[in-house]
This record gives sequence, structure tokens and C-alpha cells, in this order.
Amino acid sequence: MTHLSAELVEKCKKVVELYPSKRSALIPLCHIAQGQNGWLTPEAIEDVASLVGVSPAEVRGTASFYDMFHLEPVGKHVIAMCTNIACMLAGAYELLEHAQEKLGVSPGGTTTDKEFTLEESECLAGCDKAPCIQVNHRFFGPMDNASFDTLLADLKSGKLADVVPPHGVLIRIDREHKRKVNYEAIDAERVEIDAAIKERKLKLEAANNATVGKDS
Amino acid sequence: MALTTFEKIVSKRLKLENSYTLEQYLATGGYDGLKKALQMNPEDVSAEVMDASLLGRGGAGFPAGRKWSMLKPSPVRYLVVNGDESEPATFKDHELVERDPHQIIEGTLIASYALGARQAFIFCRGEFALGLERLEAALNEAYAYGAVGSDIFNSGFSIDLVIHPGAGAYICGEETALLESLEGKRGYPRIKPPYFPAVIGLYGMPTVVNNMETVSNLPWIVLNGGKAFASLGEGSSAGSRLFALSGHVNRPGWYEIEMAKTTFRDLIENPELGGGVRNGRKLKAFIPGGVSAPWFGPDEMDLPLSQDAVAQKGSMLGSGSVVVMDETTCPVRAAWRISKFFSRESCGQCTPCREGSGWIERIMHRIEMGLGREEDIELVLDACDNIAPGLTWPPKQTTICVLGPSIPSSIHSAITMFRDDFLTHIKEGGCSYDGKIN
Ligand SMILES: Cc1cc2nc3c(=O)[nH]c(=O)nc-3n(C[C@H](O)[C@H](O)[C@H](O)COP(=O)(O)O)c2cc1C
Ligand code: SF4
Ligand code: FES
Repeated sequence: MTHLSAELVEKCKKVVELYPSKRSALIPLCHIAQGQNGWLTPEAIEDVASLVGVSPAEVRGTASFYDMFHLEPVGKHVIAMCTNIACMLAGAYELLEHAQEKLGVSPGGTTTDKEFTLEESECLAGCDKAPCIQVNHRFFGPMDNASFDTLLADLKSGKLADVVPPHGVLIRIDREHKRKVNYEAIDAERVEIDAAIKERKLKLEAANNATVGKDS
Repeated sequence: MALTTFEKIVSKRLKLENSYTLEQYLATGGYDGLKKALQMNPEDVSAEVMDASLLGRGGAGFPAGRKWSMLKPSPVRYLVVNGDESEPATFKDHELVERDPHQIIEGTLIASYALGARQAFIFCRGEFALGLERLEAALNEAYAYGAVGSDIFNSGFSIDLVIHPGAGAYICGEETALLESLEGKRGYPRIKPPYFPAVIGLYGMPTVVNNMETVSNLPWIVLNGGKAFASLGEGSSAGSRLFALSGHVNRPGWYEIEMAKTTFRDLIENPELGGGVRNGRKLKAFIPGGVSAPWFGPDEMDLPLSQDAVAQKGSMLGSGSVVVMDETTCPVRAAWRISKFFSRESCGQCTPCREGSGWIERIMHRIEMGLGREEDIELVLDACDNIAPGLTWPPKQTTICVLGPSIPSSIHSAITMFRDDFLTHIKEGGCSYDGKIN
């Protein structure tokens, strides 16, 4: 039995098939897995690991590099508040201060009712709507204290359920078409790719050894 | 300068209703470029791109035609489209992916055909949830329409396309980190040489990495010819380009502008573009091309938006994002915030970048908070000098990728242009501007 729902596992399998190398599906699969509980539970990590054929430690170690993956539980709505240059010039830090007071948590914290997690983020590429924020990766801006308060109320009441879906940026996505290009050629390609990866590893090791030798 | 009028190239659909659907795309000439390309030899498609003098729009401004010609011959070649867009104040690809995803797909297919790739990947920033949905929906439509898949438009050419989501890491915009990420690993930039993607790229195969806006130009170039594209702009800055304008302006937003024929003053002040500095205030400084670029002051306002002209003055057009700071902006605070970004986003492989970015951020923070010492100015410059020796432009390399050597740009600019502000912070024990800081 997987921890991920059968439906999500099916979705994952379809994604794995798109790539010449299974491991490439690791990040998309983490996104899909995160859609189930809002964060990457240890069980979800195990499922992803077995789907791409690496150890759970590899999945966790890779996922921890990326800001979007949560390795701890988060609230129902994750509010990411950009404070980078354009938003800062438009008062993002003042807005962040207001948000902290209003929610009673600092960046990284989750409200006791598990409704909201607050994050301070880097530029979200919504700088023409500064200060700009994302809720579960949906954009809102330009924001001020009043519109922020209204947004919180609307999120809590469920008024924005269509605009702001639950977690997981791939959750509403369905790839309808399998890979179409000649599969025999792709299989040959896979063999070639594996050989190339091996060769590259060996070269890299040789290069490293050569440098080590020089240093000593 | 007066604004030049020209037929918009990459942004022509962005304001149309349902611009992201196949129906609207086809109604506005969509996929005609691909159909035409498939009737040509791949080499002739590449030749048009070479004639167009299309410069890469991702930041480095390398000519796309030349990059393609450097791709090593191989039975398996890949094209990867870079839509990771995380350079602060850059938001053009965000607009393109949400409002014209078919154009990105068509451009990717044209490039794949020219390069002989049988599989291409569009790497899209993970935070663009809506963009990813629109792009994937467009791809489903494109497969059903016969533009992607086997034997597209009965041409004999087969190609698969995969949309790959990022997961939140600025460094994955760097092309070799992007390839690592696409291989399912942490986004650590590769050591170059030997690993230039054109030689050893995705899965060790020759790979071209091009920015989303770069490929979005291709349908137009194929339809109208490379020469028509090159007839816009001037010299090496050919064609038009999307500029992202933000900060203290009346009309922040994206504007497609003919390169080299428009000045920063036009972009910031023209009523059809930026509409002037907000609240009638005076301009203090502006960043001409993303936070890795050295700043400019009022004296550089009349420079044209041309890659060479900006380079001659010691900065870059970079990712095409211009940030305006008015007279009420605290330069110490602005430079500190940029250093905080780099310190957070350094991938940690190289000591100068990993340690340097943290030191610089802490010293800058101390100065802004009024706890700085007079020696701090030299100290922070010294730390910058250790990352990019001599503090020249373009910066000297001490690290695996250019993120590290980009850190000093804003600090060095702020200190050179506004040293008095730093001294005031130190002497008066705090910031004399309104803005608060965390
Ligand atoms: C730290 C760093 C971040 C980058 N981020 C991006 C990015 O978000 N998007 C992009 O297209 N290029 C980015 N680049 C540039 C890419 O490495 C690469 O030059 C570009 O994608 C090539 O496409 P082009 O030739 O079409 O411009 C970045 C480079 C560095 C060093
Ligand atoms: S320069 Fe910085 S970001 Fe680039 S590889 Fe080195 S540590 Fe990583
Ligand atoms: S600076 Fe805040 S979204 Fe770009």
C-alpha cells in the first residue's frame, strides 16, 4: 500500500514515463506528492523514492535544496510575501510587519488554527504589482494592509476556494499525451544516456584525482 | 527621443482575451511559423536566426544563432527552454507563459526542428502555478492539433515536449544548474569547462539552453525573415525586447520596445511607458538590468536601451528589468536587500560566494541598523574584492558560476554613488530615511 492515493500514484507513473531517465521525475513527483498533505511526509518521500528508483534519503536530500518543498507540516494556506527590491520599495516590509501582527506568527510560523503559514519570500516575478504576495502560489497584488485583511477573511470563509486551490502546483494539471516519438529509438537513447552518464562520472573522478595530486 | 512604432513581436497577443487558448492563437497566425519552418531545411531555419542577430534574452545576451552553431553533432541532442525567471524585478517570462504559452511551444518546436532535437524540455518556474496550468493545457491542445508528437503536420519530423516545473531556487536559472535540476538533482552549477551544455549537456548529450523570450521570437522570425528582425534596433542590439519596469514609477509593467532606439528616459518617463517617477519626485538611481547589474544615476538616463551602449558605461541590460528608485530611497537599505537575496540564494559550492555573501549581508545590515563602524565601508568593499578581484566590470571570476561575482555590483554602486549616505548612517547611528527595516 502506498501512502499516496492511487490516483496520485497513477499521475506519478505517467510523469515518470515522459523522461529518458526516471530520476528526472523526482522534482515533479515531489510536487504531486506535496499536493496530498501540503508537505512532504516521510511516507510520501518513500513513495516518490520507489517510483523513481532512488533511496528516500536521496529524495529528501534533493527536496531540501528547494524552497517550495516543505519537510514540516504547513497551514492550509501558505502566504509567501515578497520583500525583494521592487516590493520593498513599495512597502513590503511594512506589510510583512502588519501580517505578523495580524496572524500572530513570524515568517516560517503557522497559526495555531493551522489556517495560515507565513513566509518571507524572494522576488516572485510579480513586481509590477508590488508589494505582491502568493497564497498557495496564486498571485495577489498590489497589496496594502486593508486588502491583506480582506484577503485573509475571504480565504478563511472559503470565498476564494476556486482561485486558491489546496497545495500542490501540479494538482490541477493532467498530461493527456504520452511520449509519441519512436520508442525503439528512445530505448537506444536510454542505453546511450546511461553510458554517457557513467563516462562523465569517470571523467569527473579522474579530473578530481588529477587536481588532488597537484595540490599535495 | 520619440518612440518608434513597429509591429509588436513577442507581446502582440498578451492583451487579447483568452490569448492562451489554441483557438485565439490560431486566429492570430499561430503555428504558421512552424508550418513554414517544416517546409524549409533545418539549416535554413538556423540561417534565418543567425541573420536575425537575435541575442539571448536570459541575461548574458549571447547571440542565439551562434549558440546553435556551436552544438556538437550527435544522434541525440536536446533543447531546454529556460523559464525559471527568478532574477529580482524580472517578470516578462511570467507574462509570456500565462498569456501566450502556445507561442513558447511553437518557438520551442521551431528550434527543435532546426537543431534536430527529438525531445525538448520547457523548464518553468515552479511558483508560476497558473502559468504551468496554461502551458500544460496548451501542450495538450498542441498534441491534439498535430503540432507536437510523431510526424508533425505530416512533415516526417517527430518531437516530444515535456514541461518541467522548477521548485524554488534562483540558482536553477543558471543553465548548468538547470540541467542538474532537470536530471532530478540539487541545482548545483557544473564546472565549466568542460561542461558547456553545447558539448556535454542534459544526460551528457549536446544541449542548447535558450530563454523563454528568446524562443518566443522564433515564429515571427521564420515568418518574416531574419533580415526583417535585424532591421529593427541597431548594430548588435537587433529586434525588439520586453522590458520589465518596476519600482517608483507611475506605470510599472512590461513594455515591448525597439532596442537601441529608445532611452531609459523614454522608458521611465514617456506617458505611454513608465509615465514618470511616482509622486512627481526626483530620480535618485535606477538598476538597468536586474540586481546583478551595477546601478546608474540621472546622468545615464539618456543612454539607449542597447546592449553595447550600456556595457560601455559599465553595466548591463541583463534580464531586461529596470528598477527605479526615487529620492526618498535609502541606498544602503536597497543594496542591503539585494545582498540578502544573494546570500540566501548562493548554492554554497564556492567559498567566496557562500561565505562572502553572508559576511557582506551582515555588514550591510549592521550599517543600515546604525550599528556600523567607519571601517565597515572598506571592510565590505574588501569582501567584495575577494569575490570579484579589482571590482571591475564585467567582474572577474573566482567561482563556478557568475552568481558569486554578481554580488558586489549593487554594493559597489551604492558605495561609489552614495558614500555620504553610508557615512551618515554610521555617524548618526541609524537610517535617516522613512523606510523601516527588519
Ligand atoms: C545565477 C544565474 C541565474 C540565471 N537565471 C536565469 C533565468 O532565470 N532565466 C534565463 O533564461 N536565464 C537565466 N540565466 C542565464 C542562463 O544561464 C543562460 O545563459 C540562458 O538561459 C541562456 O538563454 P539565452 O541565450 O536565450 O539568453 C541565469 C544565469 C545565472 C548565472
Ligand atoms: S558562485 Fe555561488 S551560486 Fe555559483 S556555484 Fe559557486 S556557490 Fe554556487
Ligand atoms: S520584487 Fe517582489 S515580486 Fe519581484
